[in-house]
Amino acid sequence: MSIEVEHVSKKFGAYTALDDVSLRIETGELVALLGPSGGGKTTLLRIIAGLESPDAGIVKLRDEDATRSPVRERRVGFVFQHYALFRHMTVHENIAFGLKVRPKATRPLDWEIRGRVNQLLKLIQLDWVGDRYPSQLSGGQRQRVALARALAVEPKVLLLDEPFGALDAKVRRELRAWLRRLHDELHIASVFVTHDQDEALEVSDRVAILNHGKIEQIGTPQQVCQNPANSFVREFLSEGPRSVDIAPAARTTPLS
Amino acid sequence: MASTAIGHVAVRRGTARRDPAPAELLLTVLALVALSVLIVLPLTAVFIQAFEKGWQVYLDAVRDPYTRDAIRLSLLAAGISVPLNLVFGVAAAWAVSKFDFSGKSALVTLIDLPFGVSPVVSGLIYVLVFGAQGWFGPWLLDHDIHIIFAVPGIVLATTFVTFPFIARELIPLMQSQGTEEEEAALVLGANGWQMFSRITLPNIKWGLLYGLVLCTARALGEFGAVSVVSGHIRGETNTLPLHVEILYNEYNYTGAFAAASLLSLTAVFALGLKKLLEWKISRDTEGAAE
Amino acid sequence: MKFRKYNGVLPGFWPAFSYTILYLTLIVLVPLSAVSLKAVTGSWAHFSDTLASPLVLAAFRVSLGTSLVAGLLSVAAGLLVAWVLVRYEFPAKRIADALVDLPFALPTAVAGIALTSLYTENGWIGRLFVPFGIKIAFTQIGIVIALTFIGLPFVVRSVQPVLADLDAELEEAAASLGASRWQTFLRVILPILRPALLTGFALAFARALGEYGSVIFISGNLPMRTQIVPLLIVAKLEQYDYAGAAAIASVMLVISFALLLGISILERRSRRFAEKEAV
Repeated sequence: MSIEVEHVSKKFGAYTALDDVSLRIETGELVALLGPSGGGKTTLLRIIAGLESPDAGIVKLRDEDATRSPVRERRVGFVFQHYALFRHMTVHENIAFGLKVRPKATRPLDWEIRGRVNQLLKLIQLDWVGDRYPSQLSGGQRQRVALARALAVEPKVLLLDEPFGALDAKVRRELRAWLRRLHDELHIASVFVTHDQDEALEVSDRVAILNHGKIEQIGTPQQVCQNPANSFVREFLSEGPRSVDIAPAARTTPLS
Repeated sequence: MASTAIGHVAVRRGTARRDPAPAELLLTVLALVALSVLIVLPLTAVFIQAFEKGWQVYLDAVRDPYTRDAIRLSLLAAGISVPLNLVFGVAAAWAVSKFDFSGKSALVTLIDLPFGVSPVVSGLIYVLVFGAQGWFGPWLLDHDIHIIFAVPGIVLATTFVTFPFIARELIPLMQSQGTEEEEAALVLGANGWQMFSRITLPNIKWGLLYGLVLCTARALGEFGAVSVVSGHIRGETNTLPLHVEILYNEYNYTGAFAAASLLSLTAVFALGLKKLLEWKISRDTEGAAE
Repeated sequence: MKFRKYNGVLPGFWPAFSYTILYLTLIVLVPLSAVSLKAVTGSWAHFSDTLASPLVLAAFRVSLGTSLVAGLLSVAAGLLVAWVLVRYEFPAKRIADALVDLPFALPTAVAGIALTSLYTENGWIGRLFVPFGIKIAFTQIGIVIALTFIGLPFVVRSVQPVLADLDAELEEAAASLGASRWQTFLRVILPILRPALLTGFALAFARALGEYGSVIFISGNLPMRTQIVPLLIVAKLEQYDYAGAAAIASVMLVISFALLLGISILERRSRRFAEKEAV
């Protein structure tokens, strides 16, 4: 499913979070929203999900106007920055939640739900934590559970808000590569927010750089690095190490 | 925050933070003496005086029909006001903690109001509205409806005095838990009621119980407000605390302290529950901070 | 300028909010306005006569005086208890900590008769003072003790968290600069505790002013000497002088509002102070 954002603006009081932002994401693409803190990236993500409504502009999902559609009906998977796992439920119950709250007509049978959850646990390589509570897991494990929970309802679009922000550098690098492999296998249109340019350049098909609510440049990692559109992009990307693999499309390693 | 600091005190109590041993001993003894004289002594006095004339006299006093009526009325007043305040507390906490709107701090101050108002004034306000000379007085008389000096008035006064407890517990708790889990539930397809019953309620259950315990303890023990609206009619409009007063004023000390001992037991029990729940809640809010 | 600022997706705002406002209006606002209206629409002469009468003035003097003294005593004792509970270890500490809450939990009438029985002339404590010719029950001293009983927990619970969060390095710095423990306490710790102490005092004072059940037994209710304002209101009601009772109550309400306002400002300031301390 494709995502399209047309001329979206959003203000919080006197603070302008987004200013006339337009963006199109194709089915199966992995796009990074990159930029400094406060640049509007999370707001844009939440507007796509339906967790905020724009002051102006249109959100289209599957080429249909979804701006008025409530978050429940958008079939998006959202992974929160701090995971938002249900603390009083086990990992298994967390992942099953989206399936259990379906209306009777579309709800799968109990054994079907169990099967799906186990399948997902295997996918995120955490088969053995099903009966544990989120407080008993490490940050990286919680992150993967949050992802599995979002995937359980078979969303058409995956949105991740600073998915690795709260983790330490080593775990981050591992999960980054893992996310890319997962995406290659599932082919869902995915958008993730980050302020870490290594992450964005290494993992995504395309990068959109936001600053002060405006898109400074959109392009492949190669394009934005070699042809920065303006001085902001050039300076923002020049901070940090340059030893980054910027041709992710070439990667074909299967998820192991 | 607190846990780190307590960790500081417990682990890093270097020489710079230690008070000289004699001072420490003296202060501890002084504090314990203060606590004993001010707090422990009155509590033990209740029980000792209740049992002064022996176990049989105590039982007779407790089983006295007027005492039983008073217990029943106290339970009734609590039984109506607490559930009403429960619904209010949850609604108010939901509106205040998960949403932003102008006038929020005024609303919260209003919720805190009964804490600052004298219990006597709390009762007086209902007398002024429903009493014989009150706003609705004549109308009520015409329809032979009795509120003041009857049970409904007692329930009203009890409700007023206890309504902040549950809201005040839930508001900071729900604020610290944030909105993300509820939002996650919505994104996953839950409707409003599913989100509330499966996500919000389980997360606040200890805070809710805590507020319930405080609310009920206060409802059972309220004296000043109920005294004003009650009429003190033995067997009809006497709650247990009022009954204690009547017995005491009649110099029936054993009877008064026997009734008081029942209330004290409830208070001690409520305190125990309170401590247990406090511990559970501190775990819930720490979980949210992660 | 929108009323509802947060433009989010959580449901149920309007039902919850309207129910809250409805409940508050019916149970709180309507009866409260009855007091002010009654006081105001009655004759002005009656209003001012009531408030100016020697009985009422004496009652206010007694209430304000005893609440003030009790508040100060609560601060002293509360600070001591909080310090000992936070800083020192001793057996049965948890029980002591739980007991601090007893005045909150105990019905006021029970506290009232218990305290009275202790401090009358043949009570356990009262009899200790008889040889000195000091009477406690049925005097203002008795009132002060009862009010300190109910005020103590407010101070302890206000001070405890601030004390527990106190940055260890502040005391260590003072020690390294040569200060004695007493100097450190006076110049470093006490100023940090001041907002919490002030809040605790205000809470204890506000509660003491309106307290009824704990005090009426031990006060003896002697007019002009140990009659407190809440009791005077009840007396007026029993004489069917509703307007007089309302007059006194409205003054109490004004004081209550002012105190509540002051307390919330104090609490906000102490929170901001605590956050600065965390730097």
